[in-house]
Order: sequence, then C-alpha cells, then structure tokens
Amino acid sequence: MSSQWPLWEVFTQKRSGLPFEHAGSVHAPDKELALQNARDVYSRRNEATCIWVVPSEMIVSSTPDDMGSFFEPSNDKIYRHPNFYKTPGANFE
Amino acid sequence: MQAISEQEREAQFQAKIDRGEIIEAKDWMPERYRKQLIRMMSQHAHSEVVGMLPEGNWITRAPSLRRKAVLLAKVQDEGGHGLYIYCGTETLGISREQMLDDLLSGKAKYSSIFNYPTLTWADIGAIGWLVDGAAIINQTALAKCSYGPYARAMVRICKEENFHHKQGYEILATLMRGTAEQKAMAQDAMNRWWWPSLMMFGPSDANSPNSDELMRWKVKRYSNDELRTRFVDRTVPQAENIGLKVPDADLKYNEQTRSYEFGEINWEEFFNVIKGNGICNKERLMARKKAHAEGAWVREAAEAYAKKKATKNAAA
Repeated sequence: MSSQWPLWEVFTQKRSGLPFEHAGSVHAPDKELALQNARDVYSRRNEATCIWVVPSEMIVSSTPDDMGSFFEPSNDKIYRHPNFYKTPGANFE
Repeated sequence: MQAISEQEREAQFQAKIDRGEIIEAKDWMPERYRKQLIRMMSQHAHSEVVGMLPEGNWITRAPSLRRKAVLLAKVQDEGGHGLYIYCGTETLGISREQMLDDLLSGKAKYSSIFNYPTLTWADIGAIGWLVDGAAIINQTALAKCSYGPYARAMVRICKEENFHHKQGYEILATLMRGTAEQKAMAQDAMNRWWWPSLMMFGPSDANSPNSDELMRWKVKRYSNDELRTRFVDRTVPQAENIGLKVPDADLKYNEQTRSYEFGEINWEEFFNVIKGNGICNKERLMARKKAHAEGAWVREAAEAYAKKKATKNAAA
C-alpha cells in the first residue's frame, strides 16, 4: 500500500465580506488537488465562494492546557471594555 | 503544574460534559472515550462509503435522465459524508490509511443495512425514504453529541440528507400513482426494507452494552428504542399518505402515548447480518477492495506528479 497523502485543513468563505471558517480537512498530494478535493467535499451546494487550503502541519495551535495562563493577561483588564466607563447623562446609544 | 490523578481528570472531564461543554480534539479525554468514538465514527464513515454500492447499482438503469442526475448527486453526497466523518475521526489520532485497512480487511464494521440487495428501481426509493429517513433521526441526535468534530460533521450531513429522504419518497409516490405492477413493485420494496430500517437503530435498550456509557458521555443523547419509535411515528403516516402498507401485523397507534406500538424485530437476522452472513456482505467487501486496487495507479500517478513538480520548483 502506498503512503498516505498529506492532510490539508480547509477554510471556506460563504460570501465575500464574511470571515473564513474552518470546514474540515482533505488528503491531497499537492495544493492544486487539495483545492479541488476541498471544493468537491465542502462545496457541492455553493457553500463557498472562496476556499483556502493549508497543510495541516503548518498550523500552530495553543493547547487546552494553556487555557489559564496563556489567555490570563486579558482577564484583569476590564478597562478594555466600554462598560468600564461612567458617562452620566450622556447618550451613547 | 500540579500533577493530578487519572481519576480526578476523569471527574473533571465528566463535569465538563455535564455542564454541556463540547470536547475538542486537543482536549484531554479518557482513553475509552477516544476508543469508543473511533469505533463509532469509523463505522459510520465506512457505512457512508459502502452505502454508495447498493445505490450505485442503479445509476446506469435509472428510468430517466432526471432520476439519473439525482442518483449520481446522491451517491456523490454519500462519498462526501464518508469523507467528512473520516476527517473527523482522524482528529482522534487514527490515520485514514488505518481505517481503510480495517474496512478492507473486514475488521471494521459498517451498517448492516447495506448488506441487503437492491433488486428493483423501487429499492432506490425505499433506501432514500426509509434508510436515509432512519439515518436522519440518528444523525440529528448525533449532531448534539459531546465531541465537536463529530457533531459538526453531522450538522453538515443532516442538511444534505433531507434531499436524499425526499427524493426517495418521490420515487415511491410516483410508482404508487402508476400501474398495478408499479404499485406492487413499490410495496415489495417496502416489505423488504421496513424491518432492516428499524434494525438500523441498533439492538434494543435491554441488549445494548455500550449505551449507558455513551449516554453518560453524551455521545448518545437518546436510546436506540427512543429513536426507533421516533422513526416509526414519523414514517407510518408518510406510508399511509401514498397507500403503502407497513408490513407489521402488530402495528397500532396508542392514543395515550400518541405513538405507535410495533412488532418484535427479528434480532436473529440482525446479529446474523452483523456477523457477516447477510446476502451481500461478501459482495460489498469485494467491490470495495476492487475499487481500492483499481484506483491505486491514480493515487500513485498523482503522487509522482506532485513529487516531480516539487523537484522542478526547488530547482528553479
């Protein structure tokens, strides 16, 4: 049996103006086939107007164990939110 | 970080599930949760892929160009569904190659429904309406399961299954408006597919060894019998609507529970097909092996081309 083709992560954009969203993954030997496979697997009903494929091994992710310490710096900075500020009498609606 | 014991981790994991949180690929999970999911998800993916065979059998003989285009699209969807779930299963640390090996060697199982033959065109209607109808009930429940990649694949699949379900019903409805022979053909398909469709929900609750654990982990959200009853309640009125008879002498509506009661399933047949003694078990596996072997040159050529191009690019 031959070796397994590399894995690619697929991101699709539903319409221009919307953010790209992770759709899933495909196996493919190169980027052209990765794109074609991604189209056939994740957009058979116009679910995408644009597709990104990225070699899965190129993706760097934080780990769940980081959850506490890695994101901690933003926890105690409530002054980054607008509702931290008192603006009596003024209308900001 | 403080070392915590395996038991504490499991308790934390269970608490997370009880809070309704979703487990993602990189999260810690008990080995058994991982194993059970790999088993369920790979079986599910294999079922989608093997499920292409009984329907593929009728593509060249579809009665019109419209039906042929629809059937092609449906079979292509089933292949796509297999791919969504394979990629979801790979997040648990098993390779695609390993899963395919397990299918082709006969080690892995797939849904026993696909070991029944498609003898007439009406069977294509029955598969879409009954088999995909049962699959929708199962998959709608799985779309709320605790493992994120599985749940997300199910959401995608459920959207597409509705087309499969309705096109199957349309085929049978058309036959039921036709000649006496066409009506008989539709009823015959109903008679052969009804019970195997009920078996798709798995053994009865009393006889389902994995259920408790899977319910506790919220991989399963409803019991096999609950989902089976839901299917019967939804499907019987659809059958009556086009004049098809449900082949069950014990079927009756219970006004109090507002639900159907139905006859006993032939569990001997169910376990026999699972064991590999169904009508088409051998044929299905042979067809998959043949397709895999005959596709080898395509995989090799694509790989060789990719390598050649990569070398060229490196030299330029």
